[in-house]
Amino acid sequence: MLDFSILTDNFGTYLTGFGKTAYASVLALAGSFLLGTLLAVFRITPVKPLQWIGTAYVEFIRNIPLLLVVYLFFLGLPSIGVVLSPFACGTLGLTVYTAAFIAEAVRAGILSVPKGQMEAARSSGLSYGATMRLVILPQAVKIVIPPLNNQFINLIKNSSILSVISGFDLMFYADRIASNTYVVFSTYIFAGMFYLLLTLPLSYATGWLERRLARNY
Amino acid sequence: MRKRNWLAIGLAMLALTVLTLAGCGKKEENNTGVASSSPSQSSSASPSGASAGGTPTLDAIKSRGKLVVGVKFDTRLFGLKDPSSGNVEGFDIDIAKGLAKELLGDESKLELKEVTSKTRIPMLDNGDIDLIIATMTITEERKQQVDFSDVYFKAGQSLLVKKGSPIQSVADIKKGTKVIGVKGSTSVKNIAEKAPDATVLEFDNYQDAFTALKAGQGDVLTTDNAILYGMASQDSNYEVVGGTFTDEPYGIAAKKGNADLVAFVNGYLKKLHDSGEYDKLYEKWIGATPIQ
Repeated sequence: MLDFSILTDNFGTYLTGFGKTAYASVLALAGSFLLGTLLAVFRITPVKPLQWIGTAYVEFIRNIPLLLVVYLFFLGLPSIGVVLSPFACGTLGLTVYTAAFIAEAVRAGILSVPKGQMEAARSSGLSYGATMRLVILPQAVKIVIPPLNNQFINLIKNSSILSVISGFDLMFYADRIASNTYVVFSTYIFAGMFYLLLTLPLSYATGWLERRLARNY
Repeated sequence: MRKRNWLAIGLAMLALTVLTLAGCGKKEENNTGVASSSPSQSSSASPSGASAGGTPTLDAIKSRGKLVVGVKFDTRLFGLKDPSSGNVEGFDIDIAKGLAKELLGDESKLELKEVTSKTRIPMLDNGDIDLIIATMTITEERKQQVDFSDVYFKAGQSLLVKKGSPIQSVADIKKGTKVIGVKGSTSVKNIAEKAPDATVLEFDNYQDAFTALKAGQGDVLTTDNAILYGMASQDSNYEVVGGTFTDEPYGIAAKKGNADLVAFVNGYLKKLHDSGEYDKLYEKWIGATPIQ
């Protein structure tokens, strides 16, 4: 059924790919979280031009395939003379793509905080920025955690897009192992298990965080 | 509580694996079921019996009335889908048509399925295709997986670079040189041996590989010369350099144990050579006379 010699013979190869996948995921996770939150704030701020930027970004990026976003970096940038490594292109593409979804999750979280909170804070003399930072965002955080968890898990799995542009990630090396050994099924099953090593702890960590925050309020 | 969670996850994964495997098994059963309407002729069960006599694989193809061949759709000169007409054309395709005509009396009794270097062996094993005619190099390693016909095309690995590139032969590939290849191809393994210091970037198919070269993601693209000539004919800014540094005989592959099908293909290839038809085909696509 499962050929375990594939795992033992190629463990180093798997591990190299796993490292790259983890690295790309962490970078893209941090980047997309920051960019996504910024975009969410853009979308709900009263400043019209910022709203337009936020909406245009989200609607454009969210509605095209991830592969296309990655190609924008991988094939589009070189046409204006900027050549980044495949790994950088893939990670940037992932960041930009996931940020659009995170922006929507965060925006929904912020909007779900009752309107009265904003009105009360503003009427007690807090500025718009201070209200956001001190009153609205702390309450939005715990609402946002479950959908964010979803996006982060998607991000980790989507990082397999790197294999298409030769980004030396887990899937890339799985392809290489499969084409060297011709043992296709087992090779990809083991690759799947390495992905679980990343996604399951993340799910548990956010679940834990969710319970912690629920207790505090 | 925690323990039960892990148990549940383990069980779920196991169930998933078993289900997937069961699905695979069923598919294969169906295929052999179709193949041997008369029993006792399960090709995988008795490969020696198949080679001793009888033509179970050929009979199955004949009763189906259609030869299914896996070919490349992205490889100029060998198997390329014309975007305007939708037809797939090339050297490999003409061989496939000839085989269909020889076996079934009509070259239209041929179904072409797209394969890549990565998918062709799994598809053959699954019974999705009868034969692979897809610029496939005969290697000892692959002989363990499939049965090859005689050589139908003599190719060799070479290099494609942008005109004016400092790289003019395989000796110019140094540490840090980015070499582009295609996943699952022999050429990627060869270049790793000939130029171990090079960084090898791998893509899913030749179009992607060539696009990456044009985008400046790599310095040189390596694969069989026949394919590189096709690319160079597509974009005159690129040229094939350094001659060939390997012998890569292309073969037609059948599923292991289908000896009758391989014998039939060999017979057809011999006929093609004897009649001079082969040389015409070669010139039509490659634009030169075959290397003797």
